[in-house]
Amino acid sequence: MAKGVKPRVKVPKTAAAGDTITIKTLISHKMESGQRKDDDGNVIPRSIINRFTCDFNGENVIDVTLEPAISTNPYFEFEAKVPEAGEFKFTWYDDDGSVYDTAKKIAIG
Amino acid sequence: MELTRRNAMIAGAGALFVAGLPIRVSAAGEDAIAAFTGGADVGAGDITLTAPEIAENGNTVPIEVASETAAEIMVLALGNPTPAVATFKFGPLSGSRAASTRIRLAGTQDVIAIAKLDDGSFVQASSTVKVTIGGCGG
Repeated sequence: MAKGVKPRVKVPKTAAAGDTITIKTLISHKMESGQRKDDDGNVIPRSIINRFTCDFNGENVIDVTLEPAISTNPYFEFEAKVPEAGEFKFTWYDDDGSVYDTAKKIAIG
Repeated sequence: MELTRRNAMIAGAGALFVAGLPIRVSAAGEDAIAAFTGGADVGAGDITLTAPEIAENGNTVPIEVASETAAEIMVLALGNPTPAVATFKFGPLSGSRAASTRIRLAGTQDVIAIAKLDDGSFVQASSTVKVTIGGCGG
């Protein structure tokens, strides 16, 4: 498991039923591209997050495949429909097999 | 114009500059496009790619893709060592077929977004980004 991985997600606390909301996510991760070399000229092995998904009450919102060309600390901004109160689940899949997840509840109000 | 040594050098430099310009689509980039489209024709249409004209730092270039009817959008940076950047798949609860992220660019190049629309056709948009400092740690 890569060190210092911390997911951060911004979701409004409430929304009207059927509303479209904007979600912003950022996860701290070095996203080593596999192209860089260290001081001795050896290639630093690739180590990135290769997939990100967002689901709401089990239904998919967005599913992103990440490649090494995504910047350090991958950031995503997208929109989601909120048909009812529930929970957004965010999942990041690391090259090394680790899975990082976080969840945010949203109420109808 | 008299053919002096100075004029000859200026003309020579100009010719070199023009010869270096043609857009290079790497073989890897073509492969990635073919893998995504399955060889289908890619037209123009319902897709927008928003990228800065000049990026000072190639390590983090903000981009945005948007489309009304896309099921999937793939982003490619043809001048990178590996052209693929990201593929966005929009699920049933997506509020709009749009997303923004930040990408790495190795140098000045064309960034391409190809969308697979709900009706199964493919459209693309591209944008040239000038990069001052490359983002692949040369």
